[in-house]
Amino acid sequence: MALSDWLAPDMAWAAFSVIVPLAAALLSLPLARHARYIALPAALLGLIVACASAAQVWLHGAVLLAAGGWAPPLGIVLRLDGLAAAFLVLTAAISTAVAWYALPQFAARGASESRSGFAFWPLLFFLWAGLNALLVSNDLFNLYVALELIGLTAVALVALDGKPAVIAAALRYLLFALFGSLAYLLGVVLLYAQYATLDMTLLRHVAQADFATLLAAALMTAGLLAKTALVPLHAWLPPAHAGAPAPASALLSALVVKGSFYVVIRLWFDVLPNQAGAAFTTLLGTLGALAILYGSALAFRQNRLKPIIAYSTVAQLGYLFLVFPLAGGAGEAQPWGAAAWSGGMFHALSHGLAKAAMFLAAGTLIQAVGHDRIDGLDGIARSMPIAAFAFGLAAISLMGLPPSGGFTAKYLLLTAALAAGQWGWAIIMIVGGLLAAGYLFRVLNRFLLEGDRSATLQAVPAGGQIIALLLALAAILLGLLSATPYALLQIGRPDAAAGGLS
Amino acid sequence: MTGITLFGLTGALVIGLGVFGLVARHHLVHRVLAFNLIGSGIFLLFGALASRSPNGTDPVPQALVITGIVVALAATALAVTLITRFAEASGRTHLPDDSEDGDGAV
Repeated sequence: MALSDWLAPDMAWAAFSVIVPLAAALLSLPLARHARYIALPAALLGLIVACASAAQVWLHGAVLLAAGGWAPPLGIVLRLDGLAAAFLVLTAAISTAVAWYALPQFAARGASESRSGFAFWPLLFFLWAGLNALLVSNDLFNLYVALELIGLTAVALVALDGKPAVIAAALRYLLFALFGSLAYLLGVVLLYAQYATLDMTLLRHVAQADFATLLAAALMTAGLLAKTALVPLHAWLPPAHAGAPAPASALLSALVVKGSFYVVIRLWFDVLPNQAGAAFTTLLGTLGALAILYGSALAFRQNRLKPIIAYSTVAQLGYLFLVFPLAGGAGEAQPWGAAAWSGGMFHALSHGLAKAAMFLAAGTLIQAVGHDRIDGLDGIARSMPIAAFAFGLAAISLMGLPPSGGFTAKYLLLTAALAAGQWGWAIIMIVGGLLAAGYLFRVLNRFLLEGDRSATLQAVPAGGQIIALLLALAAILLGLLSATPYALLQIGRPDAAAGGLS
Repeated sequence: MTGITLFGLTGALVIGLGVFGLVARHHLVHRVLAFNLIGSGIFLLFGALASRSPNGTDPVPQALVITGIVVALAATALAVTLITRFAEASGRTHLPDDSEDGDGAV
């Protein structure tokens, strides 16, 4: 078959993107002893499928696939559009990098005898399958199942280490995640009771802005916010993300919290466009602004590396919710809605790459030093220049400095805020960038202090540092080559992103 | 009051009890039970709503409830495993008060 046949609109890449990681997860249970042989090939296959999905969307536009040939409302439709494709590639890239990074830690000879070495690989691939199912699903109940698969594997990844403090963090995460799932499920039940369908496209055409619909949407949103750790529902995130092993932290901070955010975006832009009131969008924007300020302030107060990065996630998640007041607004279509929506999505992508790079770089540094107090990291850049450089590049993207992906995201959001005349959000974004520079330079300064540390350090193979560097470079390239991902995001973009929410 | 309304109201009551338990109780096993109460209430409510259909009982909610029960079972199993490990390792049945500092594992 020619390449164009492989990418034809009737190729079921949306289904393959769920099947491949799911098969890898199931295979890695009986073959746990051979994880070092199957993990990387399976991850590369997943990456190829994700790239093929994106190429298919790029060539033919959004693709709809009725699973098993059953049309909705009885069957479930998988939908692959530009947004889903971009997140599929992000998920595949980060999961592959994490699998590669984790090989010496969890798949070395004898590692499968330990509990964490046995459990890590199925959890990684189940998480990947759950995320992909979430990204391509066009059915609200199917999304619930995907959310649960993601939540349960994420909790198990946190608990891998087995220390009491980490299990406590995992339990607190589990309580938030389960409460969030149930609130979401109750909303789904109310929607079904009203419209007798859960297909997102069908719902979009029949949904009214009446009390029951808005109550259902509010319940679903509240549940999803708990899973996304938006302030004030963030308390579970820092101990969980800081306590997990570094490869798991990278997955949790870069991908898992984005999954539930993705559903919020789908809900309000695809299923219920034009139904969010100004009070609601302002509330979400205000919580986002609080998250930026509060998360950054707490990141300043931490004295250990991984909690700093985890609190930075709390802060960075806030930017995502500025999409709601900016892509919304009263009355007719606003020209800045598209920029705000695309800026928010760019932020999710670039934060994913940068945060995964940062956690992996931190993992190698902690391995070398033996702990993660930042006062023990003085002058580490001299001994471990690759990890320190990866951390620095990721920091550039998180601060939003050009030419990184974080800069493109903030530029789009800022121009939207100024065009909309909503100066408050613009000021918050600029202050947030300065605060990020503050807490990240506090770490980077330590790295660059004088002194030779090589005598006291454990030898760490360069592989992990190089993977972190590749992810950080990808975050920078997302800004340098922003035209292609930007165009991809626009394919099948919901009209509401151009037309405003309310 | 029809039977369906009674089922629906019972479901709502059970959900309310579960939410109260989740917030007011701190013993971890109580919280898992509260989570299961909320889930059962939602399933009961869903079942009651399914029987409102004019063409006999709607089968879709039944299929969804079965899936939901399987998911709830998996979540409960994970929660109970974690609680057992936590109780063995720390000798406690309650989560410690929120500490801001995470434990930085490699």
